[in-house]
Amino acid sequence: MHPALSVIFFTTLSGAGYGLLFLFGVGIASGLWPQLPYEVIMPMTIGFCLVSLGLTASLSHLGQAQRAWRAFSQWRTSWLSREGVASVVSFLPVFALAWLYFTPQIGGRSPLAQRVLGALLVLCCVVTVYCTARIYSSLKTIRAWHNVFVAPGYLLLAVYSGGLWLWALAAWYYRNAASGLDRLGLPPLLLGAILLAALLATVLKLAYWRMVDHDQGPSVASATGLTGEVRAFEAPHTEENYITREMGFVVARRHAGRLRIVAMVAAFLLPPTCIVLAVLFPALTWLLAPLALLVGSLGIFVERWLFFAEARHVVTLYYGAQRA
Amino acid sequence: MTSLPAPSATKLGLVIDLDTCVGCHACAVACKEWNDGGDFGPLPDTDAYGKHPIGVWFNRIHSFEVQAQDSQPAMTVNFPRSCLHCETPDCVTVCPTGASYKRAEDGIVLVDADKCIGCKLCSWACPYGAREYSEQRGVMQKCTLCVDRIYNESFDPVDRQPACVMACPTRARHFGDLGDPDSAVSQLVAARGGVDLLPELGYRPVNKYLPPRPRRAGTPCGTPKAASAEAVDPAALSPLLRWVDKLLSR
Amino acid sequence: MKEPRLKLHEPVGDSVKTTTCYMCACRCGIKVHLKNGQVRYIQGNPDHPVNRGVICAKGSAGIMQHYSPARLTKPLLRVGERGSGEFREIEWEEALALATRWLSDIRARNPDELAFFTGRDQSQALTGWWAQQYGTINYAAHGGFCSVNMAAAGMYTLGGSFWEFGEPDWDRTRYLMMFGVAEDHDSNPIKLGLAKLKASGAKVLAINPVRTGYAAIADEWLGIRPGSDGLFVGALIQEMLIHDWVDFDYLIRYTNAHYLIVQNPGAADDGLFARDGEGNVLCWSRGAAVSDPVATGTSPLAKEDAGLMRADAIDISPLVVGRYTLPDGRTAVPAFQLFAERFLDARYRADTVAKETGIDAATIRRIAAEIADVAFRQEIRLPVRWTDAWGREHAEMIGRPISLHAMRGIAAHSNGFHTCRMLHTLQMLLGAIDTPGSFRYQPPYPKGVPPANRPGKFRKPDGTLDAGPLGYVHGPEDLLVDSAGKPRRIDKAFSWEHPLAVHGMLQSVIANAVAGDPTRIDTLFLFMANMGWNSAMNTQGTRRMLCERDPISNEYRIPHIIYADAYASEMVEFADLVLPDTTYLERHDCISLLDRPISDADCASDAIRQPVCAPDRDVRPFQDVLLDIGTRLGLPGCLREDGGPRYPRGYAQYMVEHERAPGVGLLAGWRGRDGQREGTGEPNPAQLDRYIEHGCYWHAAVPESARFYKMANRNYLEWARGLGFVGSTAPIVIELYSERLQRFRLAAQGHGAVQPPDSERERVARFFDPLPFWYRDLQDDDSDAQRYPIAAITQRPMFMYHAWGSQNAWLRQIAARNFLYLHPDTAAALGLADDDMAWLESSNGRIRVPVRLHSGTEPGTVWTWNAIGKAKGAWKLAPDAPESQKGFLLNPLISEFLKRSGNGDRYANADPVTGQAAWFDLRVRIEKADDGENQEHDA
Ligand SMILES: Nc1nc2c(c(=O)[nH]1)N[C@H]1C(S)=C(S)[C@@H](COP(=O)(O)OP(=O)(O)OC[C@H]3O[C@@H](n4cnc5c(=O)[nH]c(N)nc54)[C@H](O)[C@@H]3O)O[C@H]1N2
Ligand SMILES: Nc1nc2c(c(=O)[nH]1)N[C@H]1C(S)=C(S)[C@@H](COP(=O)(O)OP(=O)(O)OC[C@H]3O[C@@H](n4cnc5c(=O)[nH]c(N)nc54)[C@H](O)[C@@H]3O)O[C@H]1N2
Ligand code: SF4
Ligand code: SF4
Ligand code: SF4
Ligand code: SF4
Ligand code: SF4
Ligand SMILES: [Mo]
Repeated sequence: MHPALSVIFFTTLSGAGYGLLFLFGVGIASGLWPQLPYEVIMPMTIGFCLVSLGLTASLSHLGQAQRAWRAFSQWRTSWLSREGVASVVSFLPVFALAWLYFTPQIGGRSPLAQRVLGALLVLCCVVTVYCTARIYSSLKTIRAWHNVFVAPGYLLLAVYSGGLWLWALAAWYYRNAASGLDRLGLPPLLLGAILLAALLATVLKLAYWRMVDHDQGPSVASATGLTGEVRAFEAPHTEENYITREMGFVVARRHAGRLRIVAMVAAFLLPPTCIVLAVLFPALTWLLAPLALLVGSLGIFVERWLFFAEARHVVTLYYGAQRA
Repeated sequence: MTSLPAPSATKLGLVIDLDTCVGCHACAVACKEWNDGGDFGPLPDTDAYGKHPIGVWFNRIHSFEVQAQDSQPAMTVNFPRSCLHCETPDCVTVCPTGASYKRAEDGIVLVDADKCIGCKLCSWACPYGAREYSEQRGVMQKCTLCVDRIYNESFDPVDRQPACVMACPTRARHFGDLGDPDSAVSQLVAARGGVDLLPELGYRPVNKYLPPRPRRAGTPCGTPKAASAEAVDPAALSPLLRWVDKLLSR
Repeated sequence: MKEPRLKLHEPVGDSVKTTTCYMCACRCGIKVHLKNGQVRYIQGNPDHPVNRGVICAKGSAGIMQHYSPARLTKPLLRVGERGSGEFREIEWEEALALATRWLSDIRARNPDELAFFTGRDQSQALTGWWAQQYGTINYAAHGGFCSVNMAAAGMYTLGGSFWEFGEPDWDRTRYLMMFGVAEDHDSNPIKLGLAKLKASGAKVLAINPVRTGYAAIADEWLGIRPGSDGLFVGALIQEMLIHDWVDFDYLIRYTNAHYLIVQNPGAADDGLFARDGEGNVLCWSRGAAVSDPVATGTSPLAKEDAGLMRADAIDISPLVVGRYTLPDGRTAVPAFQLFAERFLDARYRADTVAKETGIDAATIRRIAAEIADVAFRQEIRLPVRWTDAWGREHAEMIGRPISLHAMRGIAAHSNGFHTCRMLHTLQMLLGAIDTPGSFRYQPPYPKGVPPANRPGKFRKPDGTLDAGPLGYVHGPEDLLVDSAGKPRRIDKAFSWEHPLAVHGMLQSVIANAVAGDPTRIDTLFLFMANMGWNSAMNTQGTRRMLCERDPISNEYRIPHIIYADAYASEMVEFADLVLPDTTYLERHDCISLLDRPISDADCASDAIRQPVCAPDRDVRPFQDVLLDIGTRLGLPGCLREDGGPRYPRGYAQYMVEHERAPGVGLLAGWRGRDGQREGTGEPNPAQLDRYIEHGCYWHAAVPESARFYKMANRNYLEWARGLGFVGSTAPIVIELYSERLQRFRLAAQGHGAVQPPDSERERVARFFDPLPFWYRDLQDDDSDAQRYPIAAITQRPMFMYHAWGSQNAWLRQIAARNFLYLHPDTAAALGLADDDMAWLESSNGRIRVPVRLHSGTEPGTVWTWNAIGKAKGAWKLAPDAPESQKGFLLNPLISEFLKRSGNGDRYANADPVTGQAAWFDLRVRIEKADDGENQEHDA
C-alpha cells in the first residue's frame, strides 16, 4: 500500500496523544497525580494537541474535507466512522477536566468528579485507538492488516509512545530536583511499565512479521478463476492508474529488512536503553528522556511506514503478483 | 446507507466469457464514453496529452497467460475487470459517510458523489480494484452497471443495456438478473460453469466469469474419420496413375 | 438514511444523426448523439449490415479524436527549413492559388512530374479519377504497402480476395483456418463472426507466430515461423493429394484444372493452354469424346473412347492427368497433373517442412486429415434450387464447411503472392470457394480473372489519361515501361521489377524520387499517408531524404510537397503546403462499390458519411478541395461544356451527379430520377436524402438462389449484371494454373513482342511461375541469416488505428508505449528478463527497446504493437510523452531496398510480383543493453 504521510502522521501522532491522555487519565482516576496545575496543564494540552494534529493530518487525506462531518453517520458498520465519533467524544472528558481544574470558583475541586472523568478519558482513549486499529485490521483485502496482531499493536504503541512523552515531561519538571533519583521524573513503577511495553511491543512485532512473511494469501489463479500456472501478460494501461499508485506500492524485501531493524532499534531498543542509563546516571535524565522520545517516535514512524509499505493488497494479483 | 440492504431477489450483474474475449478494449472505452458524459460523470483525465496520462475508468482489460500444460501450448487469456456488484461487499460497509451503497431493489453498488468525502477506504476494501478515485473531483467513482441506461424509458428497449455489453463485438459480455435461476445469464453460468473471483474473501460477487473452454486439437467431432478410411498408400500406387481412371463429370 | 434519487430516464442527448464511422477502414454504421451541438455519445447502429450495433474501442473513442488538440486548424505554408516544422498560417484562397500554380505548371510541362498518392483513404473512386483527369500515371493509394499480395493473388486466381472482397461463411462453417490475422479491416464483422463460431462450436485454427487476440481464443494455435506458410500449406496440399482428399468434380467444373497445357520447352507456346482453331481451350475427355471430338489425338493412357474437347464444354468427363499428343504433334498435360507433380515432390513432404515451419509432421498430417474430414465427411447440402452458368438446374447447394482466411501475415512477406495463391489452390482442392460453409465472395465480386480494366498508359489530346492510372495488367504489353523496358512510374509499379503491382508502391515513391530513379518529380501530393513515420520503411532515412537538397541547384530533391491531413502527424512537418482536412464527423464521404466496398456475402452495400457537426476551424473537406483545385486547373471532368465549374457544390454534388459510364455513379442506391433504381440509373437529385433516411447506407440482398457458386451461378450472374457488377453472365473460371503468369515467364525467356531487359529476365522467369511455389524471403541471403537469426514482426493493436490513436486522450491511456515481446526461452538464452533493455539490430539499423516475456510467441520470433512509437512533438503530445520517449517503431530497421543484386539493380524490399512491401521479412539480432546507455534510434 502507498504509505501516505497524512495517514502515517495521523496514526502515529494521535496514537501518542491518546497514549499520553490515557496515562494522564489513569493518574487522575487513581488519584495518584497530578496535583499541581502545571502537572495537569502540560500533559493535557500536549495530548490534546497531538490528537488534534493527528486528526488534521487525516483530514488532509480527504478529497472533500468540508464534508467530513458526514463521516460520523455510519458508526453502525464503519470503523472509520466509529473512530471519528470516538475521537470527538474523547475530547469531552478532556474539556470537562480542564473546566474542573482551571475554574475552581465555578467547577470547584471535586475529587470524585475528577476521578470519574479520568476513568472516562481512559476508556475513550482505549476505544478511539482501538477503532483506528480496526479501520485497517478489518480490511480482508490486505493480509498484513487483517490479523489479530494489529489492534493490540496499536494500543501497545499508543501507551508506549504516550509513556515516552510523559517521561520527557516529567524529566523536564524535575530537571533540578534535589535528590538524584527524583530527577528520573517518574516513579520506578511507571518507568518499568514503559520498559515492559517496549518488550511486549517487540515480541508482538516480531510475531507479526513472522506471520506476514510466512503464510500465503490468495493466488492469481483464484483472482482470475483460471486453472494452471497463471501469469500476468499485459496490463490494461502502460502507464500508472489510481489502483497501481494507491495499492500497487510494495517496498522491496531487502529494503524492508533493513528498515525493520531500524524500526526495532529506534523504537524499542534505544528508548529502554535511555531509561536504564537514566537510572544509572539520573543527572542525565533531562537529556536522556527527550532523546528517548525523539528516537522512539522516529522508530514508531518507520514502523508505521512499513505497516503500509509492506502491506500487499490483493488487487496486485491483477497487476503481476503471484500471491497476495 | 452503509448497512447492506436485505438481500434482494433481483441481482443484476454481468457474465463475462473468457472463452471469447479477444481483449479489444471496446467495452472499456464504450463505458468511459457513456459515463463520462452521463450523470455519474465526468470520468476525468489528468495530463491527458502529457507524460503521465491517468484517468478514471470503470472497466479495464487485462491479459494473462496460462503456461503450457501437458498437450496444451501456452494460452493467452484476456480478462475484463469491472465492479462485480458483490452481495456482501466491504466497500459498502467500510464507508463512513453512506456515500457507498448497495441498492435494495436490484443490488447495484453505487457511490453517491454528493456524500463522498474521498477517504478512499472503500477502494482499499475492494479486492477487485473496481473503484477509482478522481483527484479532480475528490470523490470515488465506479461502475454503475449503467443504471442510467438499463431502466431508461427515453430509450428503445433494445438500448436498455449496459454500454459495454452493447459494444462488445464478440458478445463476450452478458447482462441480466443472476438472482433468477431461469434467466438467460443464470442458465449460461450453469451451462458453462461460471466462477466467482476470489471466493475465499467472501464478497460473493454477482458478476460471474465463464472460464475458457479447453483448447482443442482435433475436429469439432473428435478425431477425423477421413484419415483412416480414405488413406491410401502413395508408395503402392502413385496418385497420378490412380487418377487416370477417375470418371469425372463437368 | 434513504437511497439517493437517481435520474434514470435522462435522454442521451437532444438529437441523433446516423453516419459511417471512420476511426478505421471497417466503416461501421454509427449513431452520433448530440447535446447542444456537441457530440455526447457515439453508438453502433444496430441496423447496419457491417457492425450490427457493436462498436469497437476506436469507434467509441472517435469522440476524443473529433475534439483532439492535434486537429489542424488552418492551411499552412512552410517558412522554415523543411522538417523544421516552421509554418505560417495562410488563407484558403492563397493555399489553393499556390497549389494550382504549382500543379498547372507541371501539367503544362509533363503531368507525370506530379506524384499523387493517398494512404488510408476511402476515396479512391474520386482520387483515381482526378489523377486520370490530371493526366499523371504516378498515382496510387496505400495498397502497395498494405496487402496488395492478397488482392493480387486473389484477383489473378479467383476474381475475389481474402482482403475485403470475401469472407468465411460465418453461419455455416465448421472449421476456420486463420493465417496471419491480428485484426484485419473487417474488425467488427470478424469479431461478430468469431462469436458465431464459438456459439456453433466450429473449430478455429490460428496459424500465427503470436498467440494474442483472435489467436488467443482459437481452439488450436500453430506458432508458425514467419514466412514459412507456403511450406505448411504445400505440405497440406501434398496430404490432400496422397489421400485423394480432393473434390475433383469441383475442380473441373469451376477451375481450369483440366485445361491442357502445352509442353514445349523453349518454344513460345510452352506452358500455354492448348487451343483449337477458334482459340478455345482444350481438354482431354472421356464419354462424348468419339461422338464429336474436336480432333483426334493419341495417348498412352486413355485407350478407351476419349479425345480432345473444348475445356468449357459441359456434360463431359475430362481427365486431370496424363500426357496427350495434340493433332499437331505437340504434347500437352492437364494443368492438374503439373500441379500434382509439383506438390507431390519431396520438397513439400510434412517431414521436410517441419523444421522450417516449426510445425511437426504429425501435426501437419492431423490438420490435413481434420480439414479433409470437415470438407468431405461433414458436407453441407442446402435444399436451395439454383441454375448454373450453363443453364443446368440443381436441386441443392453442396457445401464444404471449411473456411480459410488470411491477411498480412501472408501478405507482408516477399513470398506473399505465391503463398496466397497456394492458399487459394488448397481451397480449390477442397471445393471450398463460395460454397455453403466455405470462403464466400462479397458482391460486386467475383469479377473477371483478372478484371478487364488495365492501367492507363497514354495521354489523350485533352491531357487526360486513357484510363485510370491503376488497373490490372493482363500481359507484358500492358506494362508501364519505356522502349528500353525501364519503369515509367516513379514507384516502378507495373514495371518488370513488379509487374502486377496493381495498387502501386507508395513505399518506394520518396526514395525513388530523391534518387531520380527512374525519373525526377516536381511535386509530391500526399493525402492521408504518414510517410514521415509509421508508413515509411527506413523511417529515419526517409525523413532525411524528404529534406535532401541537390548539391548543385541546392533545390530540394523533391521540390514541392503538398500534404492533406486532418491532424498534426509526423508527415505534416515535411510539407511545404498543408491542406487541413475536417474530421470524419464534419464532411460528406462516399463508401462506394467502385472503391473498397463494405458488402458482405449476402448483400451488396455502400454507404455515405454526412456532416453531423460543422467544423469549428478553418478547415475544408479534402474531397471538396481536390475538386476545387481540379476546377481551377480546368481539368476536363471538373468543367461543364460551357467551361463553368461542374461541381460547385463540392463532393456532395459529385457523389450524386458524377457518372463513370452512363447510369454508373459512386452510389448504387436510390438511382434514377425517381430513386426507384438500384445499381445503375440516372443520377437522383434526392439520393443523399434517401441515404440519410436509411441510416446512411444502402444494401441489396443477394437472392437466395444466388448466394453460392457465384462464379458460375446464373441466378447470381444475372442479378450482378443487373446491378452493373459484371459485364456478362459467362462463368468466371478459377485459375489453378495461371497462363497469364506463364506469358510473363515466356517473355522473360525471349518470346513475344514485349520482353524484359536482359537484367530482369532471370528474376521474371523465376517468379512468374504459373503454379504457386514457396521460396525463402528475399531478405536473408545466408550470410545475413546467420547474423540476424530472429524474425521481427508487428501486430495491430485492436484499440488503435496506426498513427492516429496516440492523439486520443483515452486510447493512449491503454498504450502510451510499447514493448518487444519474446518467448521466455529466447529471453533466457539472451539473458533477458521482463523490462530489461535490449539492442535490436538489423542490416538497416539499431534501436534500443524494453523487452517483455510472452509464452504465446514462437521462440524464433519477436514482435511489438505497430505504430505506438511517435516522433517527439508530433500529434501535439508533450515532448516528454512516453510515445516518443519510450515507444518505438520497427520501421527504422526495415530497409526499403534489398541488397544490390548481381545485376546492380536495387530492388524494392517487396514481393517481386506485386510490389507488396515486405514488412515482415525483417530479421534481427538482439543483445542485452546495459542500463547506462541512453535511448536513441541511431538507425
Ligand atoms: N512496421 C510496420 N509498418 C507498417 C505496417 C506494419 O504492419 N508494420 N503496416 C503498414 C500498413 S498495412 C499500412 S496501411 C500503413 C498505414 O500507415 P498510414 O497509411 O500512414 O496510416 P496512418 O498513419 O494511420 O494515417 C495516415 C494519416 O492519415 C491521417 N488522417 C486521419 N484521419 C484523417 C482524415 O479524416 N483526413 C485526412 N486528410 N487525414 C487523416 C492521420 O493523421 C495520418 O497522418 O502502415 C504500414 N506500416
Ligand atoms: N485496430 C486496428 N485495426 C486495423 C488497423 C489498425 O491499425 N488498427 N489497420 C488496418 C490495416 S491498414 C490493415 S492492412 C489491416 C491488417 O490487419 P492484419 O492482417 O491483422 O495485420 P497485422 O496486424 O499486421 O497482423 C499480421 C498478423 O500476422 C502475423 N504474422 C506475421 N508474420 C506471419 C507469417 O509469416 N505467417 C503467419 N501465419 N502469420 C504471420 C502477426 O503475428 C499478426 O498477428 O488491419 C486494419 N485494421
Ligand atoms: S467489486 Fe469491489 S466495488 Fe464492486 S461491489 Fe465488489 S467490492 Fe464493491
Ligand atoms: S471514498 Fe467516498 S465512498 Fe469511499 S468510503 Fe470514502 S466516503 Fe465512502
Ligand atoms: S456496466 Fe456500464 S458502467 Fe459498468 S462497466 Fe459496463 S459500461 Fe461501464
Ligand atoms: S469488448 Fe468484449 S471482447 Fe472486447 S475486451 Fe471487452 S469483453 Fe473482451
Ligand atoms: S471497426 Fe473501425 S469503423 Fe468500426 S467502429 Fe471500430 S473504428 Fe469504427
Ligand atoms: Mo494496411
